Amino acid sequence: MEELLEILEDLHPEIDFETTENLITDGILDSLDIVTLVSEISENFDIAVSAKYITPANFNSAQAIYEMIETIQAEG
Amino acid sequence: MLFTSYSFIGFVLLLALVYYLAPGRHQWKLLLLGSLLFYAFSGPWNLLYILTTSLTVWGGALAVEKNYADKKARLKELKKADLPPDQKKAKTAAFKKKQAADLKRIMVLTIVFNLLILAVVKYTNFLISNINGVLGEGRQLSLLSIALPMGISFYTLQAIGYLVDVHREVIPAEKNYFKFLLFISFFPLVIQGPICRFGEVTEGRLFAENRFSWKNVSFGLERILWGFFKKLVIADRISAAVNTVIGDTSTYRGAYILFLMLMYTIELYADFTGGIDITIGVAEMLGITLPENFKRPYFSQSLKEYWRRWHISMCEWFRNYLFYPVSTSKPIRELTKFSKARLGKDLGRRIPVYVSSFVVWFATGVWHGASWNFIVWGLLNWAVLMISEELEPLYAGFHKRFPGASGPAYSVFCMIRTFLLVCFMNLFDCYAKIGEIISLLGSVFTVHNYGAFFSGGVMELGMSGTDYVVTGLGILVLLAVSIYEERKGSVREMIAERPYIVRTLVWTGLFVTVLLIGAYGAGYDASQFIYNRF
Repeated sequence: MEELLEILEDLHPEIDFETTENLITDGILDSLDIVTLVSEISENFDIAVSAKYITPANFNSAQAIYEMIETIQAEG
Repeated sequence: MLFTSYSFIGFVLLLALVYYLAPGRHQWKLLLLGSLLFYAFSGPWNLLYILTTSLTVWGGALAVEKNYADKKARLKELKKADLPPDQKKAKTAAFKKKQAADLKRIMVLTIVFNLLILAVVKYTNFLISNINGVLGEGRQLSLLSIALPMGISFYTLQAIGYLVDVHREVIPAEKNYFKFLLFISFFPLVIQGPICRFGEVTEGRLFAENRFSWKNVSFGLERILWGFFKKLVIADRISAAVNTVIGDTSTYRGAYILFLMLMYTIELYADFTGGIDITIGVAEMLGITLPENFKRPYFSQSLKEYWRRWHISMCEWFRNYLFYPVSTSKPIRELTKFSKARLGKDLGRRIPVYVSSFVVWFATGVWHGASWNFIVWGLLNWAVLMISEELEPLYAGFHKRFPGASGPAYSVFCMIRTFLLVCFMNLFDCYAKIGEIISLLGSVFTVHNYGAFFSGGVMELGMSGTDYVVTGLGILVLLAVSIYEERKGSVREMIAERPYIVRTLVWTGLFVTVLLIGAYGAGYDASQFIYNRF
């Protein structure tokens, strides 16, 4: 989780990602941010995040993103 | 059958009557019958195209679902199999590889086949024209006479979106072909969208039993009336002047081009949103909810925001089914690694985003039309968006230094700036030849006919003084409604809460306005909707 928070803070230093829960709904992350984020996650967690996982529910909070990473890791 | 024709109004009213009299379980079948009939009006042979797309995509989606079911069952079998662990592992890996290859084959074949149909009917002549340009005079290939089947650009995207959603396991594949055919051919949607997702229309009760509700019918009729107002009172009135200016590039230059940019931008909005109002209103009358396609785009403060408010369903389609798959693809991942290593972390990670966006905006341009002006229009949007993205830190620095520059006046400034930018880019909709567009843009600075334009020229474009007054008043009403909706919410809900007499006065007034001052009758020809041709 620490690693993910670092990636998110690097992208938007002005946002407190530990408490913010509506990253997509409130338009904090746009499609360009998401693609950058996916690329960082893929590299740092050594996983391939396919387009299938890019849904508002999976990116609405740091916790949701982290759960998505865990799901992809579990699927191998 | 034009949305604004008497035959369409008669068709909708008759269908609504039969729809509400029919038993609930047969209602969607009536809609299918009505939709196929409506489609056949555009040319019975056109049905072949939509039937082919619906059959192949429906079958493709079932094959995808079967592939997943087989995978699950086989993996379960392999897990239970009495085999040494290394043999089990190898067999599982080999099966997974084959299953993935099969799945890829189904997806690629179905998508490429349907895109090929679209490409052949829409882009063959564009390709031939470009080849002729290279060959030179004397060795010209003949253009083909292929009629563009109604709504093919819209229903093809909608069908592909459905297939991808089944592939991503967002929705199960629809087992009933006829229900799927209705999703693809639903008559209010088929001409110009919104490009819906299968889950949206299912939730919106397309296949459900819809009992008669006075609220649905009255709200639907109100929405249709509002659409007619935008189309007939504003758009079709303006189109006379717009078509005159576009039709004569040697006479209408300089001041006329500025006039064209402004008027075409208003016409496009009134025309397209008016058409979507009619679409959503017809569906609402039948108890079906369709997603909104616009959110007052001309109030956007940046081009990025504009594309979140304009033609929402198309933007979402390109984002979900092209931008994300391209930007998460293997070549782009490789590019990310490469550019990060060569250009540093910051710039390196932005390059792949820009490359993916380029692909999307190129495709968006191509989708809009088979000519270079649309491709340049798409790439212009891309360039402005990417430059804005690069300038973001500069804007942030400016606002930090001058916090006072973020008030309402600055917001209005940003809205006007974005609106003017959109006006400029819309010029690429109006003319097919890029050289001509550049020359006409140059004429704004070189041809000094502003005096002549204001001292009479403006009145010789097919719009009378009355037309200008009516259009101006229509735009004011549109603006007032948009401001209310931006700040407070639905105008229809607000009117619905007023006393009966007020409601009657408002809607009768609008009806009489459309009837009396809509641009039809002698001297007018109710135009096709602009987006029908895309």
